[in-house]
Amino acid sequence: MDLLLGALTLGLITSLLALGVYISFRLFEVADITVDGSITLGAAVTAILLVHGWNPLVATAAGTLAGAVAGLVTGFLQTKCGVNPLLSGILVMTALYSVNLRVMGQSNLSLMDSKTQKFYGLTAWAEEFGKKLGGPWHVLAWDVKAGDLVLLGGMALVVVLVALAMYLFFRTNFGTALRASGDNPQMVRALGVSVDTCRIVGLALANSVVALSGSLLCQYQSYADAQMGIGSIVTGLASVIIGEALTGTRSLGFAICGTIIGSILFRQLVALAMLGDIKPSDLKLITAVCLFFALVLPQLWKKIRRPKANAIP
Amino acid sequence: MLSLKNIQQTFHPGTVNEVRALRGVSLEIPAGSFVIVLGGNGSGKSTLLNAVAGSFLVDQGTINLAGSDITRWPEHLRAKHIGRVFQNPFSGTAPNMSIAENFALATRRGKSHGLGWALHRKLRDSLRDRVRTLKMGLEDRLDNAIGSLSGGQRQALTLLMATWLKPDLLLLDEHTAALDPKSADQVLQLTAQIVAQDKLTTMMVTHSMAQAVAHGDRLVMMHQGNVFHDFSGADKTRLRIEDLLGYFDDLRRRDLMDESAAAMLREQYV
Repeated sequence: MDLLLGALTLGLITSLLALGVYISFRLFEVADITVDGSITLGAAVTAILLVHGWNPLVATAAGTLAGAVAGLVTGFLQTKCGVNPLLSGILVMTALYSVNLRVMGQSNLSLMDSKTQKFYGLTAWAEEFGKKLGGPWHVLAWDVKAGDLVLLGGMALVVVLVALAMYLFFRTNFGTALRASGDNPQMVRALGVSVDTCRIVGLALANSVVALSGSLLCQYQSYADAQMGIGSIVTGLASVIIGEALTGTRSLGFAICGTIIGSILFRQLVALAMLGDIKPSDLKLITAVCLFFALVLPQLWKKIRRPKANAIP
Repeated sequence: MLSLKNIQQTFHPGTVNEVRALRGVSLEIPAGSFVIVLGGNGSGKSTLLNAVAGSFLVDQGTINLAGSDITRWPEHLRAKHIGRVFQNPFSGTAPNMSIAENFALATRRGKSHGLGWALHRKLRDSLRDRVRTLKMGLEDRLDNAIGSLSGGQRQALTLLMATWLKPDLLLLDEHTAALDPKSADQVLQLTAQIVAQDKLTTMMVTHSMAQAVAHGDRLVMMHQGNVFHDFSGADKTRLRIEDLLGYFDDLRRRDLMDESAAAMLREQYV
């Protein structure tokens, strides 16, 4: 139960990553690899501020903002410098690796105070709050620590707020223009909107949500690591694609909900796989294989259902 | 209203693919006139329209529109004054967004896009009324993705979008060329109706001589990147398809003459 509860919390945290990937992948049709770097950047900035005794909320906000800057740079490279979208993502991701090491000062930063043996960050808040509530509580015949439930609830609240904000933003005039700029840039220019500005803002937005995910992730696992972002884009894409298979792409609201559900489901699948005889180091392989199937199965399904055209002799 | 002075544009200069698309076009278009731009393939008629719209910045010359020198303005800033309908029905609308959302964008053409709610009730109501006038039954499908509509329907909607805010200049780039005859006729009727009703200054590129004769109050014939004939007033009204065919024949003979003259000179001097 602990494992599944943990996977659920983790799924909620990575659903923010998936929402960011949704923006770049579905609205701008670019698999933006910047996220591999910006998720770590969010974690690194938050971690270093927490270790220096800053308020967790401020540290989280700073991490999110740092991600926005990373997205801004990628967007600038893509539009004003005319660098190929995929390549500009790779460039920024590579640069961010060094930046992250600089920010943390080392490759791995623990969020535990060595003197008091206490953890920093939002997770610690949740645990303390949980202690006040008492517990353990019975949930579905399992004993669950109150702190874990508080954490889960908190993360769920954050995800709902972010998703709601995203939904509302994309229904505003500017948000509508932003979506259209990915759908038909020519039309958007003819209607007086700068496609470049839309793209830059969109990527900044996407990467800020991803960095928020990284910031929460490092507080959840109580450490930040320079390597933690590797393969994030794959996790994000898998979540987006699973989500689309579940809810379809009929409308923005469906797509956002689907992405969140997809992310949670994906984490549960990985957690189930881990119950078997699989080492944590195999995780990336499993993730990649899962994404492979998520990408290929829909096409395969179409092929099976649609009869082949007869060759004309 | 629109004033073009000595517009020149060369694509791929200094290469084997060099194309001198516009060779010093000058044109004065007063407010309220409906100009048909006619010409064969490669005559530069679409290039002229794109130069005005700002798809590229011209090599030489000046463009004045509604009192401002817009020669160096980027495309999206010119949109404040210009409404456009493209040849390709897919170019003018965002396929994965609903009809209503496409219109929400069009109603803010050239204005700032703040964080106001895009689809407010007032817009929906006026949108439904305007779309109903198309008599295509689209007023009940405002939340459908625009990509699910036919080319003719999309082009009619694009026209409505381009003229929702009365533009200083309406640019129509062979906007019926990709449609079936019935839809083309429908869209053309709608065009004539909107242009007349709002007294819009319009440039319509076409290669259909029937359209050129039936519409507009001025006809500009382009050839090899320049204006060759310019008919207005009674001259335009009197024009028949046969006359236009005659002018095209002249142009063709002229080209042949150029070539044969060149061949003759080559024989003598090379």
